[in-house]
Amino acid sequence: MGWIVFGVIAWALGWGLNVWLSRLPRSRATGLAVPVVFGITLLLIWESIVRGFGISPVLLPAPSAIAGRFVASTGILWEDFVQTVLKGALSGYVFGCGAAFLTAVVVDRFPFLRRGLLPVGNFVAALPIIGMAPILVMWFGFDWQSKAAVVVVMVFFPMLVNTVEGLQATDAMQRDLMRTYASGYWTTLRKLRLPAAMPFIFNGLKIATTLALIGAIVAEFFGSPIRGMGFRISTSVGQLALDLVWAEIVVAAIVGSAFYGGVALLEKAVTFWHPSQRG
Amino acid sequence: MRKSFLPVLTVVAAIFVLWYAMAVVLNAAWAKDQAKRAGVELSFSELVADTWAQDKPKLPAPHQVAAEIWETTVEKKITSKRSLVFHSGITLSSTLLGFVLGTVLGIGLAVGIVYNRVMDMSVMPWVIASQTIPILAIAPMIIVVLNAVGISGLLPKAIISMYLSFFPVVVGMVKGLRSPDMMQLDQMRTWNATASQQFWKLRLPSSMPYLFASLKIAMAASLVGAIVGELPTGAVAGLGARLLAGSYYGQTIQIWSALIMAAALAACLVAIIGLIQRVTLKRMGMA
Repeated sequence: MGWIVFGVIAWALGWGLNVWLSRLPRSRATGLAVPVVFGITLLLIWESIVRGFGISPVLLPAPSAIAGRFVASTGILWEDFVQTVLKGALSGYVFGCGAAFLTAVVVDRFPFLRRGLLPVGNFVAALPIIGMAPILVMWFGFDWQSKAAVVVVMVFFPMLVNTVEGLQATDAMQRDLMRTYASGYWTTLRKLRLPAAMPFIFNGLKIATTLALIGAIVAEFFGSPIRGMGFRISTSVGQLALDLVWAEIVVAAIVGSAFYGGVALLEKAVTFWHPSQRG
Repeated sequence: MRKSFLPVLTVVAAIFVLWYAMAVVLNAAWAKDQAKRAGVELSFSELVADTWAQDKPKLPAPHQVAAEIWETTVEKKITSKRSLVFHSGITLSSTLLGFVLGTVLGIGLAVGIVYNRVMDMSVMPWVIASQTIPILAIAPMIIVVLNAVGISGLLPKAIISMYLSFFPVVVGMVKGLRSPDMMQLDQMRTWNATASQQFWKLRLPSSMPYLFASLKIAMAASLVGAIVGELPTGAVAGLGARLLAGSYYGQTIQIWSALIMAAALAACLVAIIGLIQRVTLKRMGMA
């Protein structure tokens, strides 16, 4: 009973604090504090609901239990992280985005190819590509190569479509100016069109970060060596070790946010001139 | 439209040519192996013919997949467990339920975010952060846990679809509900419009183009969620189950046919939303 009361109090306090904070003039500090308070309140309510109602750890472990498990099994988590994120997701991400970028530059040179490939690419980008996972696992074996292949296929089309669109982003006036400077195709590409395409390219790169993680993890459901985040999640669910599953989720969330945040920071540095980054 | 018809046709044709060529390359090893065991030398045309007609090829040729789809959709009874229509129906129902739930949740959150400063500051960052968690990865846990609580069948899969589909709706609707500019809002104020009138007559109508754009993304995401949600249920029914069963038994043709079916389903659903969008926006005088 005490825990439930505690939960209600935490909820009221968190809500009140946020209402008070949001009335303050908007600044960097309040912009950061409000979501943090919201998150902490959620965790406290979660903890007190699990303890107060005596929910079995097999269904929903308390945040404290998850944190404990996280600290206790950093070895396993690190091994899975290396297998899934560094070997599977990251190599696939680099390779897939790089291939899509080069393809886009080639496609952009030939208007015929562009008109044909863009609708097809848009169509493929909306398909449930994750379904390719079992096929690619069959082709490339159980180890990280097949996961990287899944990631390549998943990130390729969103990246391709965005880059091709970005290379179109310059207007005729700007291209004419480059022509009056007597700059050739490659100079125009390097000095005008690629920089102008950067906001679009980064949009594609950001979409691809989440896709890469999802692809690498889900591909492990179709077969993997005895390590990896997807493998650990599916086997731990079978063993009802839900605290370990949640610890893996925490890792995935941290990695996902860091990955996305890293690309966003890079974007800020590269496209500092764009209106969306100036405000 | 007509201008891009020929290029698209060319690209699609190129994909088919590439597909057939890849089928020859990938399946050649098996064909040669079989021929060696039988003690016969394969000519090139025989090799090609064999690679396009294997039982469990590494990459089935398009016509094999087409034949399998025809067989499992038209020639089987819809109620049969081997009918692809039956499995598509199961996936479709959880996709649609998840899509509806996600859209309702997304619009609700967006309205809250636009009208409530506290929600805007506290919820929006978490909505964005929630998408960096690969929900598909924890789909098995959600299914198993909800099953233990006694919720099984359609709803757990729909919840995964909902989680994937609410995000584009929130982002699109927040943008859309904020799209009326100062001038229009001031105009409403000079007409002494109440908050609800401002919402129903200005903000909601002007958010429609944004809503439909996000609905298309949400629908595609919802289908992916439903397919992945079917994986951990032990390959009972649905397109995801067909994928998993196919990968267990090496039935590549079955995997590909399920995959093509899923692609067709996604294309149809998105096309339907596109149609509704065109009709609605035309009647609203926006397209």
